[in-house]
Amino acid sequence: METLAGILTQLLHMALILAGAPLLLGLIRLAKARLMGRRGPHPLQPWRDLRKLLGKRAVVAETASAVTHVAPFVAVASALLAAFLIPSFARGMVLAPLADLLLIAGLLALGRVAMALAGLDAGTPFGGLGAAREMAFAAFAEPALILAALTFSIIAGTTNVDAIAGSFQDGAVGVRVSLALTFIAMLAVAVSENARIPVDNPSTHLELTMVHEAMILEASGEQLALWDYQSALRLMLWLSLIATIFFPVGLASPGSGPLSWLVGIAAFATKLAALGFALAVFESALAKMRVFRVPEFLGAALLLGLLAAVFLFLSTGFA
Amino acid sequence: MGDHRATPPAVLTALLTLLAALLALAAVGAVRASRTAGVVHAGTAAVCGGFCAVAVLALVLPAAPALALPFGPFWGPSMVALDGLSAWFLLILGLSGGASSLAALGYGGGAMPARLLVPWPLFLAAMALTLAAADAFTLLLGFEAMSLASWALVAAEHDRAENRRAARLYLVFAIFAAACLIPVVGLLAIGPEAVGFAALRETPPEGLRATLILGLVLAGAGAKAGLVPFHAWLPLAHPAAPSHVSAVMSGAMTKVALYVMARVLFDLCGPAQPLWWGAPLLALGAASALLGALRANMEEDSKVLLACSTIENIGLIVMAMGLVLAFRGADLAPLAALAAGAALLHALNHGVFKTLLFLGAGAVLHAALTRRLDSMGGLIRPMPWTAAAVMVGAGAAAALPPLSGFASEWLLLQSLLAGWRTGALGFQITVAAATAIAALSAALAAAAMVRFVGMAFLGRPRTPRAAGASEHPGAERIALVGLAALTVAFGILPAPLLDLAAGGVRLLSGGAGRPVMAALGLAAGDGAARLWPAGVFLLLALIAGAVVVALRARGARGFTTGPAWACGFMAPPPHLPFGDPLTQPSAAGLAQPLRRMLGGALLGAEERVTMPDPGDPRAATIATCAEDPAFPYLLAPLARLRDALAGTAERLRDLSIRQCLMLSFSLLIAMLALVAVLERG
Repeated sequence: METLAGILTQLLHMALILAGAPLLLGLIRLAKARLMGRRGPHPLQPWRDLRKLLGKRAVVAETASAVTHVAPFVAVASALLAAFLIPSFARGMVLAPLADLLLIAGLLALGRVAMALAGLDAGTPFGGLGAAREMAFAAFAEPALILAALTFSIIAGTTNVDAIAGSFQDGAVGVRVSLALTFIAMLAVAVSENARIPVDNPSTHLELTMVHEAMILEASGEQLALWDYQSALRLMLWLSLIATIFFPVGLASPGSGPLSWLVGIAAFATKLAALGFALAVFESALAKMRVFRVPEFLGAALLLGLLAAVFLFLSTGFA
Repeated sequence: MGDHRATPPAVLTALLTLLAALLALAAVGAVRASRTAGVVHAGTAAVCGGFCAVAVLALVLPAAPALALPFGPFWGPSMVALDGLSAWFLLILGLSGGASSLAALGYGGGAMPARLLVPWPLFLAAMALTLAAADAFTLLLGFEAMSLASWALVAAEHDRAENRRAARLYLVFAIFAAACLIPVVGLLAIGPEAVGFAALRETPPEGLRATLILGLVLAGAGAKAGLVPFHAWLPLAHPAAPSHVSAVMSGAMTKVALYVMARVLFDLCGPAQPLWWGAPLLALGAASALLGALRANMEEDSKVLLACSTIENIGLIVMAMGLVLAFRGADLAPLAALAAGAALLHALNHGVFKTLLFLGAGAVLHAALTRRLDSMGGLIRPMPWTAAAVMVGAGAAAALPPLSGFASEWLLLQSLLAGWRTGALGFQITVAAATAIAALSAALAAAAMVRFVGMAFLGRPRTPRAAGASEHPGAERIALVGLAALTVAFGILPAPLLDLAAGGVRLLSGGAGRPVMAALGLAAGDGAARLWPAGVFLLLALIAGAVVVALRARGARGFTTGPAWACGFMAPPPHLPFGDPLTQPSAAGLAQPLRRMLGGALLGAEERVTMPDPGDPRAATIATCAEDPAFPYLLAPLARLRDALAGTAERLRDLSIRQCLMLSFSLLIAMLALVAVLERG
């Protein structure tokens, strides 16, 4: 019974992720536009863009190699797998034993490297510029994420996301300063990993300020659709990771019935909407920072992560 | 210790036969060097295959005592044995040496001078002897022979001044390593006849003696492994040798040094060390990992870049070893086994993928005649096999799932994440910082590998030579593809490998620990996180396949090619058929973000931009420099000290006859007094 529930919740979760990722992006864009006093595009616009791009024939640079053709598939597959592993509305999905936070970090790195190589493939200046900056930002974001994993693993005893969410949901944890610090660190990492303001501007077309967009400047047609889809997936993935770990309210427990799934889905949608709206407000209120200020931003996240772990050692005396 | 597994004499006899075969190959190379390069390299490849077989047999078969050789120093016979630890490192040596010999067979052809051919089998034999040694004298003999043979190989291309400099520096560090390791044997042994490992284990050192041994082994073996702060020679010496030698030096020789470190600190020093023993290893390992990974992002020479990445990986392995010591000190045997598994698995994985990367850099060197990243570009078109193999190796070095580097770095990170269980607050904070540094190094390594692959294989050719490169089919390609296949296989199936390493894990973790494993997967302990790399691989393949199928079901739109867009790419002038090279990112350009973010603080990196006045048609120039802190802070003061001492010694020549006699007489008195004191005590 529990296996069947695991399979069903996994399938439902996959469908939610697949369909919801571009929708979430559309809603955030709409919210941003409204906050800025514009009418904004329809929330389904990212889906329409994808359909349009898939209908077009790609133009590939003469200097590009097979990497340009393979990389988007690698990136989408790694983002999809990572997103499939993170519980959204129910715990105990059939892939839950695989949902290790370090593996998710590794899958994100795989997608990032694929994108950086694709950026370098055509031998254009912007691609190289974006790739170098992206990899440099990741050098700060990745340790911050691993330090967050350290805090979780001290509290929950494991780095498995499903188990972390379970132990946080049980309420045995209480409110901790460490978790608050880790929350801020994770938010900063999420902003950087998704190329959002203040690290990067997702809607910019001013080449010299771009990071993420610079790498996919040469992509078109199907490839561009895949790149856009994977960045929507990454946003979804990060928001649901934060929602699941820090706000495990409403998560259906393993083996529960469809009714608690519905509750879980409603809770998940609410959490995503709230986080997405917060992101839109945050982005509207801030300006993009200079590229070489980003290490300070991410370095602060890194220090917060370290501080969270040290607080745990001091406060609880895990001796 | 009863549970140390050794092997039946038949396997040891086979190993000794292989060593003898290597000596014979060296003789063959010496006699008819101009014609026998093929014979020597084919022979060493076969012998290394034999090493692999012997190692696997020794890992699988049950116990037997050490074998005494019919010769040795005057106080007793030399002893050889293979247990779980030494057989594991012999496997690394066999894989790395075998693939490198095969590649050398490919590009050596018939023309290779004797100064390259003779030391090569001796180098391999010396490493195998170090691993097989069962007494301290044989261990030192093998270790020093290894240093000498590899020095000869580093100095082989001595017509270039920088190679001579590298060889000299390498020799200095080799002597330093010997000067540290020989006293260690003196400190371990009770008497000159009791240098067998079994005898040394009976009398583990204590107190100050043990601390002294820790320091000396860290310095001696660390200097050979490239551990910070004794790493300065490594990025100079490894690239100076021919590529197949660089591959073995990075892939296997550094591991032999780590083996010596593990053998002395984990085995011969007895089962009980205090917790703090882990701290210096953890700190030096973290420093190496960070410095190596960062330097790999700054270097503009392919082989220097790879050598710096070796420093990083050695640092990661030493961090894992430090955790083993700490967990042993805290009586946490399962965690010690976890960290020991991380150390051994990463040693093997690094041995394979670094050999692959160095051989790939060698293939590029032979095809494009350059090691400068700024002279490469677009090599994926003329050299598709090399490019694919190197990308697999670079992915493993960047710790990307599901390749081999990810599995072992996962184990390392999991053992770092468990470091707080040791209970000591100071150590907990150290481990938390080390965790951040390990993750930072992994991310920096990914950046370095992207830069390496991007500069060498992607983009447009930067020189006509790179445009005209072509790939060598044959043995070299077989070596590259074989290593790439191993990198994938080790990444997907780390659990059976860890099972094979169980003997070594038991030895490192102090006799009690066993690696915890799920079916075909890794586990960080009972009830802790798990990793199924095979499942990850299958799911990734399945999802990628599903995406392809789903897109094709909509009808393939295909693609057309056109000039690169790049926001208005100007058509290149006719004399530049591959486009203007200046419109491509350069090695220094790709390094720029990390140079500014971290390089200034850690490597003293500087940029000097000269902008011509407005209206001046001259090009703007940028000069960058970065310096390893080992040179200004360690080597330069040492050189000054040497000069000062030499200056002082020089004054002795001006002494008068009375002062000369006085000096020798007082020295005699002092020596006699020393002898008197020692005899009484």
